[in-house]
Amino acid sequence: MGVKGRIHSVETFGTLDGPGVRYVLFLQGCALRCLFCHNPDTWDVNTGKIADSEEVVNDILSYRNFIRTGGVTISGGEALLQPEFTLDIINRCKANGLHTALDTAGSVPLCVSKPVLNAADLILLDIKALRDDDCIELTGRSNVNTLATLNYCEQILKPVWLRHVLVPGYTLDMRKLKELADYLACFSCIETVELLPFHKMGEYKWKELKLDYKLGDTPEPSAEELREARRIFTDKGLSVLMKDI
Amino acid sequence: MSFKKGHWTEAIDTRGFIALNYTPYDGDESFLAAPTERTRRLWEKTKALLDEERRRGGVYDIDERTVSTITSHRPGYIDRELEQIVGLQTDAPLKRAIMPFGGIRMVNTSLEAYGRKLPEEIANIFKYRKTHNDGVFDVYTDEMKRARHCGIITGLPDAYGRGRIIGDYRRVPLYGTAFLIEQKKKARAAYVFDTMDESAIRQREELSEQIRSLEELTEMAASYGFDITRPASDTREAVQWLYFGYLAAVKEQNGAAMSLGRVSTFLDIYAEEDLRNGKYTEEEIQEFIDHFVIKLRLVRFLRTPSYDELFSGDPTWVTEAIGGMCVDGRHMVTKMSYRFLHTLTNLGPAPEPNMTVLWSERLPENFKRYCADVSIRTSSIQYENDDIMRPKFGDDYGIACCVSAMRVGKQMQFFGARCNLAKALLYAINGGRDERYGMQVGPEFAPITSEYLDYDEVKRKFDTVCDWLAKLYINTLNVIHYMHDKYCYERIEMALHDEEIVRTMAGGIAGLSVVADSLSAIRFAKVKPIRNEEGLAVDFEIEGDYPKYGNNDPVADQIAVDVVKGFMTKLRSHRTYRNSIPTLSVLTITSNVVYGKKTGSTPDGRKLGEPFAPGANPMHGRDSHGCVASMKSVAKLPYDFAEDGISYTFSIVPGALGKTESQKIDNLVTLLDGYFADAGHHINVNVLNKDVLIDAMDHPEKYPQLTIRVSGYAVNFIKLTREQQLDVLNRTFHERF
Repeated sequence: MGVKGRIHSVETFGTLDGPGVRYVLFLQGCALRCLFCHNPDTWDVNTGKIADSEEVVNDILSYRNFIRTGGVTISGGEALLQPEFTLDIINRCKANGLHTALDTAGSVPLCVSKPVLNAADLILLDIKALRDDDCIELTGRSNVNTLATLNYCEQILKPVWLRHVLVPGYTLDMRKLKELADYLACFSCIETVELLPFHKMGEYKWKELKLDYKLGDTPEPSAEELREARRIFTDKGLSVLMKDI
Repeated sequence: MSFKKGHWTEAIDTRGFIALNYTPYDGDESFLAAPTERTRRLWEKTKALLDEERRRGGVYDIDERTVSTITSHRPGYIDRELEQIVGLQTDAPLKRAIMPFGGIRMVNTSLEAYGRKLPEEIANIFKYRKTHNDGVFDVYTDEMKRARHCGIITGLPDAYGRGRIIGDYRRVPLYGTAFLIEQKKKARAAYVFDTMDESAIRQREELSEQIRSLEELTEMAASYGFDITRPASDTREAVQWLYFGYLAAVKEQNGAAMSLGRVSTFLDIYAEEDLRNGKYTEEEIQEFIDHFVIKLRLVRFLRTPSYDELFSGDPTWVTEAIGGMCVDGRHMVTKMSYRFLHTLTNLGPAPEPNMTVLWSERLPENFKRYCADVSIRTSSIQYENDDIMRPKFGDDYGIACCVSAMRVGKQMQFFGARCNLAKALLYAINGGRDERYGMQVGPEFAPITSEYLDYDEVKRKFDTVCDWLAKLYINTLNVIHYMHDKYCYERIEMALHDEEIVRTMAGGIAGLSVVADSLSAIRFAKVKPIRNEEGLAVDFEIEGDYPKYGNNDPVADQIAVDVVKGFMTKLRSHRTYRNSIPTLSVLTITSNVVYGKKTGSTPDGRKLGEPFAPGANPMHGRDSHGCVASMKSVAKLPYDFAEDGISYTFSIVPGALGKTESQKIDNLVTLLDGYFADAGHHINVNVLNKDVLIDAMDHPEKYPQLTIRVSGYAVNFIKLTREQQLDVLNRTFHERF
């Protein structure tokens, strides 16, 4: 008997959420309302399926042959809205020799998230926008907790993959990217910056949920824009992870 | 050549020769050579012929005037100046021969489909000469004919060559035909008994035919200017002699699968010596292989339209088994393993030869990564689990067709196509009556009449139907293989086998995931049959949800496992022709579409006419936990009960494999290692975009070499029928949002 929590889904061949092949667990519930979200069906804290952390980990362990060199990633939704559930899963996985990663927007206060941040081997931290007003426009919430999360990771020297979504008309702005690159360059805990090009494959989910998708006319970033964005970060000595273009 | 001598020197022992002389290679692909100018020009010429073949509706030309035998046709060339390895089935490339011994009716149907006619002289011969197809239909019972007609047993080799025999073509270069003939003559001389019973009589006759065929092989090679009575003395001769052996087989037989065997590591022995002595350079050796492979890509058989529907895309299954482990612990990857795969780069992707990597956890890392890289670029490789096959078959087995392992030169298979288990389930519900034709095909028993299907009742009746079906199936195959031996014996292929061999009766099942999900639905949800006026359940309504096969759910997966075990156990209880060992495959090739058309709606929610999933794949769209969960489900199917092979087709969009090229390779290797560590048996790997497929459907001329692996083999996508193309599109593509 473990801790109960709500999950949205599982991806057993996770290749895009941390190093190697990973079991990716998407938890249900998120407080942010990012305009570009491709999983709006994870927002509602009351839906999804109730699961027990012990059963979840038993399932994870059955995939050992595949995730031996990769590991487990807890994502969502926002995993830190269920800190005890997330922590228990991470601890059990670690006890079984699996590498653990937490994929989060860090939008939860440190007093709640610290134990989880301490426990996970790697943090995939998503800074939606550096400036608070930009962040509120993009997600509906302030980024003060996110930045505090990054500071804490620096303090405890926790490895971080810093994620940032490039949205034309919002974050895909060379000046803003330069600001972000400058900001991040001072952090030694950041192993790599993961630049995620905006895409619209989740648009149908907005329609299904009868939500108002505001980015219907926003194009995906061009190859040249992506190359330029990448250069901005590498120029600052940061390592960048992005899909091949 | 200065080979290490051993047992193989005095007696026929190809495996012994290989084990003593091969050189494992641990390095990477950087030694590989680009195509030579000759190769480039030859391939350009060949591609033009292939384009023309396509323009002519899929068949370039036919020689209807000559009954095909090993020696029937004059030598043929693509371009004598360019070809380093010679030999064609007829006197011109892509010209298809007639092979009437499998069935004269089929030849007539095929010729008619292409606007040709069988000449009087030949038609007359077959008024007096009986063929395999004639023999089978003289003996088929009414029950067998009904079962065939309704499609509960399908794809039977009663009208086409059964294939699934791999001659040990390596014996030709290793020993030369003189020694081989001498050995067979000795064997025949020793085959004398006090009582000449049927078995001894047949064996002596077969040996005589084999000897004759070896003499014809020698004659055929001589017509091309080669004396193959002596062993090969270098790499070029080794490849040429070996190819002549194979060529003789495809002049004599049009088996559905005419597989090549396990030749790459063997050929590397010659190549290593020639490289050491400076006789040939790496470029020249690659050229021999490139030219050999071009020839293998040109193998063609004349088929009927109904055959093409079943096995679309002109498959020949020239399967080459690459790599694997030696039983002494060394791996068997050589430079030649790389060279064969390299043809996919030098000549572009193609479904033939059917490149099959025998994967072991212990294969060298460099090779694993090279394979993954080639898969990502060409989608033309299939992988099979050497670690589970080696304990059963040793280290010198080949793969017949797509998934069926057998020791080369020591084993042959009586190919049995497959039973439609989904239809069997419907028969259980409908009292043995066919749901499409209404006629009584199975044993007559009380149909299910309840409002909702009761799991226990369905299971009991399904068991009864399977008992009947397994018996009928084995008896049908007994008829087929008796007649094939009698009227269409594979002389040269069997000449390249030992005298005492193991025979298996290779049965198969189609619709496994349909059955597993149906049973799960009946058990865990509520399934209501919708009956027509005749009382036949022709549709089903499902209330509630149920666990589905393909999600690593132990309950759903156990149902699938039990179905396989159950049917195999039933097959084993029957007497088989020539005491062959019953085996089973979970394999459909492209015929999953045809079987779906002939099967009514099933209790899992699949509607009348919709395709089955191929092989052991979960049904389209029912896997919801990602591809690794699907693979785990498939890996649970017990190979001990399906030794003829368990086929799984995996398709993925490149972006979902990883972000960078290096990550994609790493992740694909991890996937393969994981699947095989879980005891999965086989996997086809397709790495491509749905958009490309859609485009290829509309503009086939843009993608003449687009290759996808389909349940068991790769096929040129554009050669599939539109329905089969749509089926591939609908198969679960794993895209990660």
